[in-house]
Amino acid sequence: MKKTNIFDWLNYGFIAITSLLCALPMVLMVMVSITDERTIQKYGYDLLPKMYSLDAYKRIFTSGDMIVRSYILTVLITVVGTFLAVLITAMAAFALSNKKVRYRNGWSLYFFFTMLFNGGLVPWYLINRALHVNDSIFALLIPNLLFNAFNMFLVRNYMNSLPDELRESAIIDGARDTVIAFKIYFPLSIPVLAAVGLFYGMGYWNDWWNAIMLISDRKLYPLQYMLFALQSNMNMMTDLQKGGNMVGVIVPQESLKMATVVVTVGPIIMLYPFLQRYFIKGLIMGSVKG
Amino acid sequence: MKTLTQTKLNLSGSKDTRNKGKKKYTLITDIFRNPFSYLLLLPAALYTFIYGYMSLPWIAIAFQKYSFRTGIFKSEWVGLKNFKFFFASTNALTVTWNTVYLNILFLITGTVAAVLIAILMNEIKSKWFAKVTQSTLLFPHFISWVVVSYFVYLFFSMDEGFINLQVLKTLGIPAVNWYQTPLAWPAILTFIKLWKGTGIGVIIYLATISGFDSEVYEASTIDGCNRWMQIKCITIPMLAPIVTMMTLLSIGGIFKGDFGMMYTIIKDNGVLLPVTDVIDTYVFRALRKVGDVSNATAVGLYQSIVGFAFVYGSNWIAKKYFSEGALF
Repeated sequence: MKKTNIFDWLNYGFIAITSLLCALPMVLMVMVSITDERTIQKYGYDLLPKMYSLDAYKRIFTSGDMIVRSYILTVLITVVGTFLAVLITAMAAFALSNKKVRYRNGWSLYFFFTMLFNGGLVPWYLINRALHVNDSIFALLIPNLLFNAFNMFLVRNYMNSLPDELRESAIIDGARDTVIAFKIYFPLSIPVLAAVGLFYGMGYWNDWWNAIMLISDRKLYPLQYMLFALQSNMNMMTDLQKGGNMVGVIVPQESLKMATVVVTVGPIIMLYPFLQRYFIKGLIMGSVKG
Repeated sequence: MKTLTQTKLNLSGSKDTRNKGKKKYTLITDIFRNPFSYLLLLPAALYTFIYGYMSLPWIAIAFQKYSFRTGIFKSEWVGLKNFKFFFASTNALTVTWNTVYLNILFLITGTVAAVLIAILMNEIKSKWFAKVTQSTLLFPHFISWVVVSYFVYLFFSMDEGFINLQVLKTLGIPAVNWYQTPLAWPAILTFIKLWKGTGIGVIIYLATISGFDSEVYEASTIDGCNRWMQIKCITIPMLAPIVTMMTLLSIGGIFKGDFGMMYTIIKDNGVLLPVTDVIDTYVFRALRKVGDVSNATAVGLYQSIVGFAFVYGSNWIAKKYFSEGALF
């Protein structure tokens, strides 16, 4: 039907408004970050401020020591963590899709049970304490993030759908399991591994739980946790700007906070269009196939 | 001459050297037969053992009067006293209710919103428009709750918030001290959850709708259905199974509060806690602020057990009515 009637217009309008609402907070935040601090104090947060100022960003880029450190740390743990997580997950998935491993269903149950029931917060905390990961980089890499049974099942199901002949012919050629895994199954599983990698990567990038529970050393604050601590702690503000305060100069508090957040979210916005496709694919793989 | 049965079962008489004196096939056998696969399995298995299974013995603390000094082996055993203490206080009812009602609220509004928008988006003809709006809708999913809490502050702050200073002022309504008004927060939290979570739901349901057989729609058009009737009589009924399945999945998690969301937005705001404190934030505070380890463990255990019952129950229902939909 070619005619566009009133329902179509209403529909377009409704959807447009909804998606604008989704973008609104981000837009507001950007606007506040470039607003002059006095204007904020007088007129509040606004989409069209009366006076603009790039002061907050100047401060971040000249003396934002802590931000840079958090950034580097977070990028590091995201890259390393995601790589390790995908590796561990793919290896386990391979083992569980290997039909020669007769106990593989038992092992599946072993992993699955942990998805349903576990000791809770206190045991988790005490285990980490016993492992002495507190206040170390391992606290940011290992707990909760290094492996996820759900992702493993995703990969396993994908590998199960690959034809058995691949394995048969490789065995005839004399290949060991590890070779089969790395040279055949992993390359073929790149779609699902990419999706799983995105899930893990997002987990690492956005994590602040491990930091709040296990880290007290400021040098080890990942990005999100730094943002979290920034909200409540004015001391962090002065740490953020090495330069110190000059008398008579209005220190950008609110706009500085917002600018910090913008700088943090920036990479996600830039990478987003690119990553979105893979994410959606992975999501559909995970939910519809189940 | 062998009988038919003997031949089939390969009983006595035939020389089957492989099975003769055959040992039981144990886990060890499996490992020896597939050493490299087990090597590959090892890291994940080890991780799961440490974080999944080794967490279980510590549950004993829930039945003790634990202190870090005495540790788990020397602390006094108090049986169910920790649980009695928790349930006797009003806390138990408050946090349980908060956890459950918020989850139900999120579940209902989230499902309705996602299904509605998915159906509407399916009617959009411009592919470009659909892609752009879908991206925008999904974007909040990638933002961490910490950042979201900043957004919330931007809108709801008493002195500088967008709502108080731009919206209400323009309408002539006096400013509201949002962070001190408990009754507003179920609605605010629901809205925030919708903002962040609808994108994913829309993608899943939209993908499902795209997978529907177009022949049914064509046949209905021939029969004289307009778009409304198609939505009402075809799309919605065909969506029912997956919506039900997703709902059941969510019900499995109804006893688990979203700590990330709750703690970053509400933090330790005493005024709002009666309405927004969920089990997870309660346990967190019990452990970190109050230092009451036994109580925290007991409440955590309570959550795990009831949560498991919900997961098992919802899965049982799913299995009964949608055999493919169940988790296990």
